[in-house]
Amino acid sequence: MASATTIRNVATQGRAHSNAGMWEDERWFAFALLLPTGILLALFIAYPFFQGIWLSLTDTRVGVPGEFVGLKNFYKVWNDSIFRTAVWNTVWYTFVTTVFKLILGLWLAQLLNRHFKGKAWVRAFILLPFIIPTVLSTFAWKWMFDPTFSVLNWMLWNMGIITKRLNWLGEPDLAFFSVIVVNIWRGLPFYAISLLAGLQTISPELQEAAAIDGANAWQRFRHITWPLLLPVTMVVTLFSVIQTFADFQLVYVLTGGGPANATHLFATYAYQIGVGTGLLSEGAAISLAIFPILFGVVLLQLIYIRRVETR
Amino acid sequence: MSRISRRGLLKLSGTGAVAAGSGGLAGVFASGHAPAYAQGTTVHWLKWNDFVPAADEHLRKVALPAAEKALGFKINLETIGLNDLQARVTAGIQSKAGADIIMAFNNHPHLYAESLADVSGLCEEVGSAQGGYYNMAKGNCHNGKRWLAVPYCVIGGLIAWRKSWFAEVGATSFPKTWDEYRVVGKKLKAKGHPLGQSLGHSVGDPVAFCYPFMWSFGGKEVEADGKTVAINSKGTIDSIKFMAEFWKDAHDDGGLAWDDSSNNRAFLSGTISATLNGASIYIETLRKRAQYKTEAGAEMHTDILHAPLPAGPAGQSSFQNNQSMMVMGYSKNQKAATDFLRWFHTPANYEGWFTVQKGFACGPTKSWATHKMWDEDPVMAPFRDVPANARVVGHAGLPNQKAAESLSKYIVVDMYAKAVQGMPAEQAVAWAEGELKKIYSV
Repeated sequence: MASATTIRNVATQGRAHSNAGMWEDERWFAFALLLPTGILLALFIAYPFFQGIWLSLTDTRVGVPGEFVGLKNFYKVWNDSIFRTAVWNTVWYTFVTTVFKLILGLWLAQLLNRHFKGKAWVRAFILLPFIIPTVLSTFAWKWMFDPTFSVLNWMLWNMGIITKRLNWLGEPDLAFFSVIVVNIWRGLPFYAISLLAGLQTISPELQEAAAIDGANAWQRFRHITWPLLLPVTMVVTLFSVIQTFADFQLVYVLTGGGPANATHLFATYAYQIGVGTGLLSEGAAISLAIFPILFGVVLLQLIYIRRVETR
Repeated sequence: MSRISRRGLLKLSGTGAVAAGSGGLAGVFASGHAPAYAQGTTVHWLKWNDFVPAADEHLRKVALPAAEKALGFKINLETIGLNDLQARVTAGIQSKAGADIIMAFNNHPHLYAESLADVSGLCEEVGSAQGGYYNMAKGNCHNGKRWLAVPYCVIGGLIAWRKSWFAEVGATSFPKTWDEYRVVGKKLKAKGHPLGQSLGHSVGDPVAFCYPFMWSFGGKEVEADGKTVAINSKGTIDSIKFMAEFWKDAHDDGGLAWDDSSNNRAFLSGTISATLNGASIYIETLRKRAQYKTEAGAEMHTDILHAPLPAGPAGQSSFQNNQSMMVMGYSKNQKAATDFLRWFHTPANYEGWFTVQKGFACGPTKSWATHKMWDEDPVMAPFRDVPANARVVGHAGLPNQKAAESLSKYIVVDMYAKAVQGMPAEQAVAWAEGELKKIYSV
């Protein structure tokens, strides 16, 4: 009886020892720590991504499981004039808004980095466009651009700047311009606050030393501020490019892709085809068409960031 | 008083359940109604925010409580913007979860045919009891084999026009042809009262205007075989050329960015003199008489009349927005959902909702055209007969899945919108032809 108990105790201790040993092994421990993130990534990133690839290679419609059709959807989409407009719009939209958000954001960050009364309040208010839900703020802009009741037209008319009502959302070029303006307005605070955080990490002593050596404001910015701010700027730009490229809410609410499909982006067109019309496979093909372009842009930026950091 | 133990209660309730399950009629009689539905059954009904808010109020306060009492289950009504309905249908079908009944516009049920419950029994029952469904209601909801959705109502579309402003430019009655309408519209625009028409991506007004406009010039999407794309015709090209000039001469430029509510606002604010719309503009002026007035100070409703779209070289055409209710194939409450729709379409129950609509919604069956409500207001009377002669999209073919795809992509609407923006008519029609061929060639 006694010997049986001893054997059981030894076996239990052995298992406990081997469990403890497993956790002491850094590889197992790291694996356990990474596991929840891995599961989340697999469920919410990898699965939809591969599901999207599969959908784009089938002829699935809403409620009708499809069969494999190879690259037929991509061929169809490539010959679609609205898709080509959406590609051009997305690239141009991302480029213009990113340039403006970067320049204006940098300028705003420099201003906010100074000492003045009510600094904390101003910084908080600057963030408002970014904090307010996009759908809500875009609805407010929609009213401001309303073809009939535009407050902007009223203002410009009373200031004597226009003699004829501007059709902000009904004229293709003006509609695209309006969409760009709202995106810049919304994205500017993200740049300003992120770059402000970057500016605050730069030691004032460097600026002072340069000033003593006779460097003017532009020289100080060009040779001290900008090189030190570059890594932060690149990361902010990277995030912004990804977000802008895949933008949906703003265009959907403001123009719905109109007039006559003139302001469609990848996401809004994919939504119209996939969700609105129920052609899920074509919608997936349109969505996936973003991937190679975005992947290329992100890769270039990441390589550049790495280069800057290892300089 | 004897104390009931936990064990005793379980025993008693178990016996009760067995009794009910094996025909314990005493319990059923005591409860007053048959236990047809599982305890806690709730039917989720998703529909648009009605343009006549009083109608939704009637549903919430009168109709649904009465239905719940009669049917013995709860009905949860959710209302959303009409342009968001399709997204909810797609999400529901793909996830196999969502509302049990969802509203569809026009021939959208054809897009989802494989995912909808068969409602043929109910439709045949309602149709035969109420004088038969209008052809347009059947075309939009029946795929030739079965009923895909239960016709709910027809949102009649007519041109609401300001008679005093028309009289100012010499038009004492509404123009009968597009040519006459253009002449009058040009004069009205010159006086600061343009015509208003949406050419945006919205499921109601742009569609209800562009399709019959094309038909009235002899244009059509496909031949009667439902396969041969026929849009690139003299009739369509003539209609596009006419539209480009008509727009410049007579219309408010803002229409390119309008949705289905924009023209209501523009009309009510006195910006436009006429627009194709449901009766919601007139009904709103009746509801807020003190708020909406003419320049002369009269209540605006006294200055509004309704007229059908003018005729083109190929005659007069009309398209009316059809609304139907789809019982979703994934729903676990299909029987309850169908029973609710049966209850709703019983004349005594439908009448309350129908009269609150004041003619904004016509009944989907012919018997409603004889209802006494139509005699109450002569301004609303023209809506009575609008469903009778209306065509459905996909003409001259069937309003099937392909026609629904074309409708959902706004191909016909965009064809006119492109021309209005300056694209030559031949190019605009060639673009539409290319898009339609992609749909009809598959």
